[in-house]
Order: sequence, then structure tokens, then C-alpha cells
Amino acid sequence: MSASRSITLPYADRFAEIETSLPGGGAGWLSTLRRESISRFNETGLPSPKVEAWKYTNLNALAQLDLRPAGAEHAGMSVAVTEVPRIDGAHRLVFVNGRFRSDLSGIEGLPPGVELTTFAAAADSRADFLQAHLGQVAQTNGHAVVNLNTAFMGDGYVLTVPEGVEIEAPVHVVSAFVPGTDGAALAYHPRNLVVAGPGSRVTIIETHLSLVSDSPYWANPVGEISIGRDAEVRHIKIQEESLAASHLAFTRAHIEAGGHFDSFVMTVGAQLSRNEIQVILDGENGTCRLNGVYLLRGRQHADTTTWIDHAKPHCDSDEVYKGVLDDRAHGVFQGKITVRRDAQKTNGNQLNRTVLLSEKAEIDTKPELEIYADDVKCSHGATAGELDENSMFYMRSRGIPQKEARILLIRSFVEETLEEVAQPDARTYMERKLERWLQKLRREGDAQ
Amino acid sequence: MLEINNLHATVEDKKILNGLDLEVKAGEVHAIMGPNGSGKSTLAYVLAGRDGYDVTEGSVTYLGKDLLDMEPDERAGEGVFLAFQYPVEIPGVDNATFLKTAYNAVRKYRSESQMDAMQFLKLLREKRELLHMGDEMLRRPVNVGFSGGEKKRNEILQMAVLDPKLAVLDETDSGLDIDALRTVADGINTLRNPERAVVLITHYQRLLDYVQPDYVHVLSAGRIVKSGDKELALELERSGYAGIAAPAAA
Repeated sequence: MSASRSITLPYADRFAEIETSLPGGGAGWLSTLRRESISRFNETGLPSPKVEAWKYTNLNALAQLDLRPAGAEHAGMSVAVTEVPRIDGAHRLVFVNGRFRSDLSGIEGLPPGVELTTFAAAADSRADFLQAHLGQVAQTNGHAVVNLNTAFMGDGYVLTVPEGVEIEAPVHVVSAFVPGTDGAALAYHPRNLVVAGPGSRVTIIETHLSLVSDSPYWANPVGEISIGRDAEVRHIKIQEESLAASHLAFTRAHIEAGGHFDSFVMTVGAQLSRNEIQVILDGENGTCRLNGVYLLRGRQHADTTTWIDHAKPHCDSDEVYKGVLDDRAHGVFQGKITVRRDAQKTNGNQLNRTVLLSEKAEIDTKPELEIYADDVKCSHGATAGELDENSMFYMRSRGIPQKEARILLIRSFVEETLEEVAQPDARTYMERKLERWLQKLRREGDAQ
Repeated sequence: MLEINNLHATVEDKKILNGLDLEVKAGEVHAIMGPNGSGKSTLAYVLAGRDGYDVTEGSVTYLGKDLLDMEPDERAGEGVFLAFQYPVEIPGVDNATFLKTAYNAVRKYRSESQMDAMQFLKLLREKRELLHMGDEMLRRPVNVGFSGGEKKRNEILQMAVLDPKLAVLDETDSGLDIDALRTVADGINTLRNPERAVVLITHYQRLLDYVQPDYVHVLSAGRIVKSGDKELALELERSGYAGIAAPAAA
């Protein structure tokens, strides 16, 4: 293995070629931002496993793909509305290969003052707003994958909720992959921006999927979420990309005093995925809850990396990620909690539990607490192993055969976390994903 | 119905049962009493087929078949039921669904047709009346957030639904207040019938005031050291286990 700290991505060389075709290609500040980002990226390349934060997730195979940046020519693929997941009553934005498709989308009856547009549109019509906010939350110049996104960001959603406004219906954002006619392995870099004003409330549901199963592609979304005083943002994400896909997502939320961020991520898709969330609790009495489940089989690799930064006193964070790994699947959980010197009376709880259904499945879990304040309550725990023997015996003693008992117990294990999802449609949707995952497990059991 | 001969069993290489003999016929209620550590719960787990409870000698014949040769779910299919001392919580699976899954699994084992949700709900409503349980307890996840008494009532509800031929109740009376004890005992009494045998494992005589046993056995150091009728339980209540258990331990 190479001792290098970086992996070269030939794809980055295409930046000059397509720069002008990207949103705001002519505008000075955006163009400058992109160029700075690509040059920072070129200095580092993609991180290799020699970089501590990427120790367990190797991007080498991804870099070997002959990737092309998805362009406007890949956006118009034929897609029927019925192929795209739908949540009734939701404001709906559909992106195909990273570009907005108005024919598949529908936004109606947003409360006055709310602005929900695409990144591409905002680059033209809301350039000042974008310039003021972009990169403010995700100030992560040292993060190679974010730098790459910033260089190539092609589209995404931009949502502003004014002070005191609640958007009742969820905002549903679908990111769908459809292979282009040229057969190229596409890469797209959506950039999403949410600015929730003081006391506002909104629920965003993201679904990431492929409408075909066997073409490789790379989705690299970056989201910035700014949560004002006493505002509440719920961010629910279902990652069900195809098993040929790579999905590297980065989300950073900035929470002001009394604000609340609630994130839930379900990972069932992609061959290689990483979901990285950073939260900064930057005002007193802020709270955040990060929850998620990952269900993996085959040779899937899914990495959950979180960083909760308690910068101010009296903030609470709760974090529970649970996974079920079958076959040779590989899970990674890296959970860092920082409590700054000023952040007295912090409560921080973290838990990672993984059920391993096969001897070859593997989980690497790394909790990390950095505490500089002295009056805090922080806990973390991690478990990995087989299904609970006691529960198994209980079920079997009721006549339920081993195979069925196993399915019931996995459902129980996952459902306990899905119950945390307050938005009922999203929860039902995820329960259906869970059932499909279990059905496959049942069929495999039957075949043995 | 049940013949246990010279049963020896170990748990983690520790000998717990040391030549236990017991015969139970259909329609009978047997109480097995004994001090802590005498092997009561081990007997219950061996009968239900729990992993880690290894039989090293002896035999258990149930309705003419070798019970020890069956998987736990097969035993349930054959009509063996164990009410747990510490019922297990199963988050995310509601009680009604769990009961229906178990009920249909047992019917499948017996090559009987599956019951649909509506039919089953009707059956469940009849059975729950017996234990004074509300619909709400059926909708909640299995045993999650249940009080001690609710958990034990739920065990007896499962027994009522699965309709076993041999019911082994492990310390079903422990942790119950007097009202809960009475409810549970009423449930057990209603389920007594000439085709069903019941083995009550208990530390205290208290339950036997409500569920009258036909036989009482005293277990000590993994063997039955004394058998009698319900008078024996009263005698134990007065004099404790010491006098009876001592000779066997010596």
C-alpha cells in the first residue's frame, strides 16, 4: 500500500474545461471561490487512509473510476414522475444527476416570505444572499471532499425561512441518478443551503437514489444549515443509492441560542458511503439530536462520522446510531464530541450499537471526547455483536423458529430507532425500506 | 405426560441438577419449591431448551418423545410453554403482532392453517379479558415499560393464547403485589384443565394459597428431596427449607 496521504483524482483536471458551464460561471466572487477550492483540492487530493479521519474509509477505488462531472446534458434524461418517490403534501424538488428538474417537482402554498429555490437559480437571482451565506457554515477549507464540492457545485436547494415562520408540510428533496447515453460514470456535487430565521421551523426530507442498478456514479452533496435563535430544523435523509454508487455527504449545522437541530439518516444504499455531520452549538440552550440506522450487506461500506462541538454553556446533544451488518459489510462510526472551556453544564450522550449477522461483517467504532470544561455530563457507549441471546430464546420458546425470531429481533432493534423520526410519512417510508431489507434476509435464509 | 429420569445438568461447567426424577400426568398441578440455588430455574430452562444448559445424564420424555432432542421452538410447537421469571422486553414489536407471530408459528408447526389478523384479534380479546388487560397493553411493544405485574400477566396471556399441554411457570409470583398475584392466579386457575399439566416453580408458599397444587416437591442441591401434597408447602412455610434440605446436602 502506498504511504501517501493523498489519492490523486484525475477528474479534478476537468475543472478548467467545465468551469464556465457551472452556475454563476461568470460571476466574480463565485468563480473565485471555485478556483480557490479546486486549487486547495489539488494540493491535497482525496484523503488516503493515512489521514486519521479517513483511516477506515478508502477512496482509492472511487478515484480509479473514469468519472465525468455531470453536466446539463445529463440532466434531461427521460424520467417518469411515477419513478420518483413521493411524499403526499410535501413541497417537492427533484434533481436528476444533480440538476433540478422542474417537470418532476412541485412547490405549492409556501408561507409568505419563505424562499425555496435551486442553487443554480440563486446564483443568478439571489447572488448577494448566496455570497453572504455560502461557506459561512461549512467553513471547512481543509476538507478535501468539501473543497471538491465547492469547486464543482452544480445545483442544489436553497431555503430561507423568515423569523417566526413554520413550514408545516415537509420539504422533500429527491436526488436521483439516471445513466447518461454516453455511458460515462457521472459525478455530481449538489450544494444545499438552509437559513432558518429566529423561531422558525422546517422539516426537510432528502431521498438519494438511483433509478437503475448497475452503473457506477458518485454523489457528493454538501449541506449548510444555519439555525437561528429558537429555530428548529429537522433533517431526515434516506440514502438508498444503487449498489454501484459512491455517496460522500457532508452536512454542517450552526445552532444559535435555543435552536434545535434534529438529524436522522437511514443508510441502506451505495457500495461506498460516508455521512459526515458536524454540528456547532454556538448559543446557550441549543440542542441537537443525531440519530441514524445503517443496514448493510454484501460488500457495502458505510461510514458515519459526526462531530458535535459544544461551544456555549447549557446545551444538550444526543446521538444514537444503530446498524445491522450482514455478509462482508463494513460499518464505520466515528463520533467526536468537543466541549469548549466555556461550555459548562453541557449534556452530551452518544451511543453506537451494531448487530453483526455474519462472522465476516465488521464494524470499526471510534468515540472521541474532547472536554475542556469541568462541569459537564458526557457519556458514550458502543456495542457490537450478535443478536441478544436472551431475546432470541424468549421468542423461540414461544414457538417462533430461529430464522423468524432473528428477523423479528432485527426489526425490533431498528424500529426502536425509527421511532425517533417524528415526521410520519418519512417514518413509514423508512419502515418500508426496512421491510424490504428484511425480506431479502428472509429469502436468503430460505435458500440455505 | 412428562417423565424426568435421573436428570443431571450443568451450566458453565457447574453441576446444578444432580439426578432429578419427576413424573407429571395430564391434568395435574405440581409445585416445585426450594431455596435459592437449588436448581429451580435451571430445571425450567432445561425443559424449554435454553442454550448453555447442558444435560450430562438422564432423560426427559414428553408425550412419549425425547424432549431434549428438540429445538426450543419445536418444544413450543409440541405444547411446552415456559413463563419466564424475567420476561424479556422487545422494543419496536407490538404485543399483538408478537402474539400473532407466535400463535401462527405454533399452528404452522402443527400443520394447522394460519389465522388472519381479524380472527386473531377476536381470539386475543377473549383471552385478555381473563387477565384484565386493556387493548392498550396489546398495542405497546412487548413488555417495554410494563410494570412487574403487567409483565407476569403478559406471560399468562401468552400461555392462554398458545394453549400449551405442559406449562412451566418460573417464579411467576415473584415481584407481585397481592392484587396482581390474585389476577395472575385466577388466570392460571382458568387455564387448568384435565388435558393440561402445570409445573409451578416458586420460592414461597404464597402463590399456592391461590393455585392449589396436587403435588408439592422440594428441590435441594439439584434433586427432589421430598414430595407430598399441599400440606408440605404449609409445613415449609412454618419451618423453612433448612430442616428438609439439610439431609440431601449432607
